[in-house]
Amino acid sequence: MTGTAHVLTPEVLIIGGGPAGLTAAAHLASRIPGEVLVLERERQAGGIPRHSDHLGYGTRDMRRFVTGPAYARRLVRAAETAGAVIRTQAMVTGWDADGNAEVTCPQGLLSVRAKAVVLATGARERPRAARLIPGDRPAGVYTTGQLQNLVHLHHGVPGHRAVVVGGELVSWSAALTLREAGARTVLMTTRYPSPESYAAFSIGGKLALRVPVATRTRVVRVIGRPGVEAVEIENLDSGARRIVACDTVVFTGDWIPDHELARLAGIELDPRTRGPLTDAALRTSRPGTFAAGNLLHPVDTADIAALDGRHVAAQVAAWLAGHRPDPQAVRIRARNPFRWVAPGLLRPGDPPPSRRRLLLWSEELVRAPRVTAIQDRQVIGSRRLPWPASPGRVFRVPWSVVDSADPARGEVTIGLDRS
Amino acid sequence: MSTVSPRVSGAERGQPVADVAVIGAGIVGSAIARELAGYELSVILLEARADVGDGTSKANTAILHTGYDAKPGTLESRLVASGYHLLSDYARQTGIPIERTGAILVAWDADELAALPAIAAKAAANGYPRCAIVDAAEVYRQVPDLGPGALGGLTVPDESIICTWTATLALATDARLRGTGLRLGHRVRSVSRDGEVTIVHCDTGDVPARWVVNAAGLGCDQIDQMFGYDRFRVTPRRGELLVFDKLARPLVTRIVLPVPTARGKGVLISPTIYGNIMLGPTAEDLDDRTATGTSQAGYDFLLSKGRKLMPRLLQEEVTASYAGLRAAVDAGDYLISADAGQCYLLVGGIRSTGLTSCMAIAEHARDLLADAGLKLTPRAEVPEPPRMPNIGEAFLRPYQDAARIAGDEAYGRIVCFCERVTAGEIRDACRSPIPPADLNGLRRRTRAMNGRCQGFFCAAEVGAAFERCSSQAHRTSDPVEALA
Repeated sequence: MTGTAHVLTPEVLIIGGGPAGLTAAAHLASRIPGEVLVLERERQAGGIPRHSDHLGYGTRDMRRFVTGPAYARRLVRAAETAGAVIRTQAMVTGWDADGNAEVTCPQGLLSVRAKAVVLATGARERPRAARLIPGDRPAGVYTTGQLQNLVHLHHGVPGHRAVVVGGELVSWSAALTLREAGARTVLMTTRYPSPESYAAFSIGGKLALRVPVATRTRVVRVIGRPGVEAVEIENLDSGARRIVACDTVVFTGDWIPDHELARLAGIELDPRTRGPLTDAALRTSRPGTFAAGNLLHPVDTADIAALDGRHVAAQVAAWLAGHRPDPQAVRIRARNPFRWVAPGLLRPGDPPPSRRRLLLWSEELVRAPRVTAIQDRQVIGSRRLPWPASPGRVFRVPWSVVDSADPARGEVTIGLDRS
Repeated sequence: MSTVSPRVSGAERGQPVADVAVIGAGIVGSAIARELAGYELSVILLEARADVGDGTSKANTAILHTGYDAKPGTLESRLVASGYHLLSDYARQTGIPIERTGAILVAWDADELAALPAIAAKAAANGYPRCAIVDAAEVYRQVPDLGPGALGGLTVPDESIICTWTATLALATDARLRGTGLRLGHRVRSVSRDGEVTIVHCDTGDVPARWVVNAAGLGCDQIDQMFGYDRFRVTPRRGELLVFDKLARPLVTRIVLPVPTARGKGVLISPTIYGNIMLGPTAEDLDDRTATGTSQAGYDFLLSKGRKLMPRLLQEEVTASYAGLRAAVDAGDYLISADAGQCYLLVGGIRSTGLTSCMAIAEHARDLLADAGLKLTPRAEVPEPPRMPNIGEAFLRPYQDAARIAGDEAYGRIVCFCERVTAGEIRDACRSPIPPADLNGLRRRTRAMNGRCQGFFCAAEVGAAFERCSSQAHRTSDPVEALA
């Protein structure tokens, strides 16, 4: 950086003005005397819901059923009403040697030194390149985020025949957006044996959208120059390949946390989620720095991210009041068929996590699963749950499954009892 | 400078005759046009595509070579060695980003280890004396994250990385500022001779010129045939590359090269000037001169190489994959040759070293044209070279520059978050002497959308900014014509 950066010293710095960050801001600003500053790099705060222009937002946190943009506006209003300061077009680009946030915004360079920091930078879908899908590199290849941005914020129009890659909840969101923009989803592909995502959404979605779903398939090639003409898909069981004509391809799901700032701060990551490793109080390995939302669990719905924000607010307030965590913590790890579990640390004296739930991501559809927690080769907790563990969405497990964990006996593993 | 000459009788319907037409606005053609435009000559630069540097020049390993491994005594050896210094000086004047990372060749078996002294001797024969053989401990000291099994290495301290996009654009912009007429979208279909003049027939119209320089890269054998020759064939050699996330950059601080052996060249791992890590390239000879797609086999090959070279790298995300075509010829050297009778110069067989040697090639081409009868009178005054926007990660960028933001807040408005590209830079690109024709051109000028999200967050916003700035720029007069 050159020239002098203007120094800001809020009580709390929240990086990211999406559901988690804004909700944390609303709850902190009404709770502590000092300034709560939210830095948002986009033109408007609100995060991904801003351009998900369909109903389904706000159920758990607001007890409402509104569209994404309406939800985003409510989040902003709540934070501002509580007294938080939201600066948009303000991007944290790194940290200086003293750990202050380096910020670029139209007003110049800022250096932000806060007593506590909340990372709420969210997650993004892996684009085609990161998924290593070979072939031509034509125009007309999107992620859901890019597609919805284009359609809702800038009124751009994609093509007419789309292939949606992925069968997650967000994949149906993409299909809805495509329909609204006048494009037909000619095929949805998923590597899983059944289209994951909520049954209600899936059945309703399939009926309303009439989207054929090719299960156990993957895209092996993108074809077309200069625009997309087709994709080639392969059946994972038989190896059979076929060409599907289309002019648009949307790569959906396959989320990765936007963890750049966490890594630049030297914060320890959970290798499974690839987000910061936190305890149930959402503390990261850097004292005074917390994390919340889909940065930690890629990805859950916006309302769950918002409730993380509410949860972290109380923990940040406790930190500011001088409360310090027990230095001893044990690792919580996921075992097959789970890819990850969050939080990843269990610390004596911590409150239960948000909504008293452990969050997990399953690679397999398991109906009526029996979840077990094992520590030191002994089952310390076991619950049969009435809801399925299903790929493509977060699987929630009552925190009580680890209630009898002993901090002195090493790591706790969460898995399924298949007997 | 001289204005274009009077018409040749009946040759063309009202078309002025240029002194020289250069075919191909890649880095070599752009350097030649710029060089010739320093003399009292009218120069036209013809490009088939919609942008300069949009063929072979845009997708290579972007290494500024010392020439240590060229074949001693060849034209290539001489031009790479002098081109290294010419382009380094020019980069200082224009702001083309270069990082002096140095390189290290890593030997993984006894044969490769045994080959190192001969490579060092060859480097010396090429006039590059600074290579040194190092042991395995030193290899791991320089590249701690290298996979196990390295036996030793050879250092090449002056190998560097460069922004190939800015280099081509700087030379083409300079050529324009010196009065060269840039004709984009002019694919050459045939040539004919009318007295003293060659008519270059393009899809978009005819261009008459007294001299023609063929710097058509992948198409130079086809142009050469239009002049009645049949002396070589270009084989498009596809090279696929994987670009890894910027968070991987600390793993690799210098260019890690394979030791070339009889079994062929391996792949390299290199930092990029944009702050990423690159793994590649593959080498696959094709027939199709437009096959820039990527392949599963290419990915598998690169990943298997990467797992051995640096397993830690593969834990990072892939940001992008590219496939570029090199113009491979079997000559073993550059093919640069003048035909005084037809007033024609071939500049062919320029493989990836052409990025380094381009300015030396331009001087060599100029001398051959003079020998063949082109009259060269230096212009009394040539404009200053352009100052290019910096898109190199190691140098100050607008988003980091408080003074610049204070002068214009558009440099404080980051539009592409992953690459930290500001609205001011997008606007400047659209107002530049050679504005981008499309979003891909904008990517090469600003890095917008080249980052890890590949447009998840920013594509719509960048696209809108580009549309807005482009349409504004079109309404105002051409910046170069305005200078004239």
